Order: sequence, then C-alpha cells, then structure tokens
Amino acid sequence: MKKILLVVAVAVLYVLHQDIWFWRSPYLVFGFIPIGLFYHGCFSVAAALLMWLLVTYAWPSHLEGEVEEADTREERRA
Amino acid sequence: MIPAIVVFLYLAAVLYIGIFAFRRASSKAEAEDYFLASRSLGPFVFLFSLFGTNMTAFAILGSSGHAFTNGIVTFGLMASSSGLIIPLTIFLIGTRVWALGKKHGFMTPVQMFRDRWECSHIGTVIFVVQAVLLVPYIIIGIMGGGTTLYTISNGLVPFWFGGAIVAMVVMSYVFFGGMRGTAWVNTFQTVLFLCFGAIALIVIGVGMGGFRSAATAIQASPMASLLTRERISPYYFFSYTFIPLSAIAFPHILIFCLTARKMAQFKKTVIFYPICILAIWLPCVFLGVMANRVTDVPEIRAKQEARRVLATQGRTMEPEKRDELREQSAGDDVIMLLLHRYAPLWLAGLLGAGIMAAVMASDSQILALSTMFTEDVFAFYGGKARFGEHVQVQTGRLFIILITIFAYAVALRAPETIFELAIQYAFSGYAALSPLLVAALFWKGSTKWGALAVTVWSASTVVAVAILQSVVPAPAPGPATILWAPGGVEVLSRTPGGTAVFGFMPVVPMVIVSTLLMIVVSLLTKKPDKATLAKYFGGR
Repeated sequence: MKKILLVVAVAVLYVLHQDIWFWRSPYLVFGFIPIGLFYHGCFSVAAALLMWLLVTYAWPSHLEGEVEEADTREERRA
Repeated sequence: MIPAIVVFLYLAAVLYIGIFAFRRASSKAEAEDYFLASRSLGPFVFLFSLFGTNMTAFAILGSSGHAFTNGIVTFGLMASSSGLIIPLTIFLIGTRVWALGKKHGFMTPVQMFRDRWECSHIGTVIFVVQAVLLVPYIIIGIMGGGTTLYTISNGLVPFWFGGAIVAMVVMSYVFFGGMRGTAWVNTFQTVLFLCFGAIALIVIGVGMGGFRSAATAIQASPMASLLTRERISPYYFFSYTFIPLSAIAFPHILIFCLTARKMAQFKKTVIFYPICILAIWLPCVFLGVMANRVTDVPEIRAKQEARRVLATQGRTMEPEKRDELREQSAGDDVIMLLLHRYAPLWLAGLLGAGIMAAVMASDSQILALSTMFTEDVFAFYGGKARFGEHVQVQTGRLFIILITIFAYAVALRAPETIFELAIQYAFSGYAALSPLLVAALFWKGSTKWGALAVTVWSASTVVAVAILQSVVPAPAPGPATILWAPGGVEVLSRTPGGTAVFGFMPVVPMVIVSTLLMIVVSLLTKKPDKATLAKYFGGR
C-alpha cells in the first residue's frame, strides 16, 4: 500500500510539472518573481520532499543486505 | 586583468587538489583505485561530485542565455524536470548498479551489459556508441574554457592559449588523481558554483537598484511574454521531460554511482539533488530574463536588436543571414556582461572562477572514456591478462593525454555551434539508450538482441536528426516548416529550434520506439541462461 501511494505521488508530481494553468500569466509574486518561475521553484522543493519520502519509506535495503552477504562470503573464502 | 588573475589562482588550486589526491592514492596503482577511487567516496564528496559531474557550462551560461531569449520557461523546461527525473533514476537505477558493481566488480556499464546478456561484441557496439556521443562534451569544455578566459581577461588571453591552459589543467589532475582527484575537484567546483548563483543575484540586484522595477517594466512592455511560457508550446515542454532520462545513461554518471562507499551515500544525493538544481538554475534563469531591462550595456542592446530584426524580417532572409542574426542574438554571455557592468573587479574574478568551475565539467567525461577504453576494450580483449594491471592503469593515463590533445586540436579548428548541436543530439541519444538499463535491471526477459536493437536505433536516429537539420535550414521564429504531412497530419516538421515529430521533440518517439524494440526483439529471441538470471534476480 505504501509503495502504491508513493508511485501515485510520483505520477501526480509529474503531472503537476505540466502546469498549463500558469502558462500565459505574467503575474509577479512579491512584485518581482514571475508566477511560472515561482511555481517551478516550489515544484523543486516538492520534488526534494518526495525524494525524502522515497528514501524513508521505499529504500531498497535488501540490496545492502545482498552486498554484505557477498562480502562475508568473500572474506570467508579468503 | 584582476579577474583573470583570480581565475588563474583558482586553476592553480584545482591543480593542487588533483596532485594532492595523487599522493593519497594507493601506491600499487590498482585499476579500481585509479578509476573508481577504491569505491570509497563519502556522502559529502559523493553528493557534490555527482551533482557537479552532471552540471556543465550550460547550467550557468546556457541557462541564462536561453532565458534571455525565451523567458522563464527555461527553468521548468530544463531544471525542475531534471530535479524530479534525475534523482528518481539515481534512486531506482543508480543504487542497483552500485550493488551489482560491489558484488561482481563491474567498473563500467558495458561490463554489466556483457555479463547480464552474455554478449561480447554487442557490448563493444554499445561502447562505441556511448564513446562517440561523449566526445563532443570534452571538446565543448575546452572551447568554453578558452572563451571564458578570453572574455574575463578582456581579450588579453587569446582563445587558443586559454583553451590550452584549461586542457592542461584538466588533463593533469585527471591524469594524476584519477577518480579521487576528479571527485575532489568536482566537489570544490560544485561548492563554488552553488555560491555563484546567490552572490551574482545579490550583486546584480543591488547594481540594478532592485528587481521590482525591472520586472514591472518588463510586465508592462511587449516583452511581457518573457515572464510567461508563451514562447514554447506545451508539447515541446512535455517532450523535455524525456531529456533527463539521459543523465543516468551517461557513462560518467553511472561510473560515478560505483564510487560510493556505502549505499546510504545515495540518500543525501537523491534528496538534495532538486535543491542543488534550484540553487544554481533559479538565479541564472531570473537574471537572464532581467537582463532584457538593462539598457546601458551596448552588447545587450545589440543582441535585442538582432532578435527584433530576426522576428520581423527573418521570413524573407537567406538562411545564412538568419543564422548570423541568431548567433548575434544568442545570450550565452549575458551573465558575464551583467557581472562586468555591476560587480567590482575582484568579485567579477571570483564569479568568473565559478563560471570556470562549471565550464571544466569535462574532467569526468575524460576519465569515464579512459575507464571505458581500458576496461571494455583493453582488458576485455586480453590486454590486462597479458600485461597486468599496472600497464592497464598506464594505458588509461596515456588515453587521457591522447583524448585531451585530440579534443584541443578539434576545438581550435571547428566552429563551436557544431558541437553545441552535437550535445543536443547526445542528450536525445542517451535518453533513447536508457531502456537498456531499465531492461537489464528489472526485466528477466530482456536479451542481447533487444539491447543491440536499442543501440542501433538510438545511434541511427541521432544521425538521421543531425542530417535532417543540416539539410533543411531552420525557419525564422514563428510557424514551423512542414516536411511531411500525409493526409493533412503533421508528422515531421522543422522548427526554429530543431525538429518536431507530431509536434513533439524527436526524443519522445526515440525513447518510445527504443522501449518497444527492447520488448519485441527480446520476446522473439533467446534469453540468457538460468544461472545468469539467478545472479541478477535471485529466486524472483
């Protein structure tokens, strides 16, 4: 379930990248940042948060286990 | 001359770091130590060197230049899409490649492909395609170094001499320091150009008397479209999200993934990658747009005038005249012009060093080519078994000298635009090669013939697009030239910025067909042995 939610979150963020809603708006946030640029700045922060979620809840720790196992086998052989 | 002196001091510091890394290296000159820093990089160096490896001169010069002409769309097009896709591919693919490299001793992607699909010469074909697509980067790095030194010194350091200095410095620290030297230098450079964006933004902002009046003036002028994404179609914008798939397929990025000491090192890289992109690209894109309001720099006014003539009279001009105007209106040096105008001399020097740091990203490509040549060709065809590991490392070093001399010689003779174009094609080519990695790591049913089909397709389409764009001249800004429209459906057209297939960039059909070829050809051909599959997928 956790993994499905994360896959959905990635898909949603990908869709949110295609922000056609601000396409033609020259509105300035805080009087100087164009809204489209501000949106994509926030999008980058959201991407970092999503990466944190992936690292926290979907980290492929089995790969680390496999490497450690292989290292132990190698040491024993040596 | 002061900025040039600061840049020379920076180059000396970089050289020192490389030589220091050489003294820390293993005295036994083992290949794994030289080419992969004994797979021992810590989290900080791993994050910054991997990020720095992926950032070229384009991150500072190209991004501001593109934004100067096209507006804020540059950030969404190239930066925020990379901030999502690249860390995702590092998370999904980089970690798996690292684990396989640790378990089976792989040092290059081709070694893994050869083992995974039980092939030999098909691996060599993949090596050739990867190597050919990588060479333009090295050439453009040397050209960028020559141009930057020439501009910073106000023409006192000629292009040929600046290029030679940059080539010598990069060659020296890669030659001596190998991966350790390259990673340390990249870390130093990344810290420098991460600071660049914020400092440049503050200095230029203060110089312009704040950005509020400039932004409001642009908003009220006919240039207001620069604050929107009107100049780019949504199809083109969507297409661009396929380009960052190329990052993980680049051999120098994948080889870098093998250098981490532990898999945990990837965590910080994955999380902070979008933030690092934001820190560099947002100020550069914003400054590129704001440069359009700078009225007291004659060079910027000349660029705007060339852009205006191109837009109003471009349709009736000869293609050569259009290309000339396009070159005149290019904004790759706007950020340097802004620094010249607003930064004190010593600070312009420091910021120039930041630009040099981005320009000199060709170090990891040179090392990657050397690693690939010595492992995928020299060692694979018996050189290592015959002459030993010491000779293998020396061969790698000799290769570094030869490739640098070759790149410098080409950089002196060829026009820069050719290689800029080649890099554009290389991004699409590597994106089309990315299904190789996905199939090798996640699909038991993939075969070597599927891999060959993907490689041949990727190489052929890169060549086809290059030929098309050299035969059919780019139209003036405005509607595209339709080349093929059976039954009124626009299939192929030549746009002012490149080529479009059904309105999308060529990278979209390239990646889709590549994926389909991998699936169809693999389903029709013999799979690797059960023992090989068990090695990669266990009992799954």
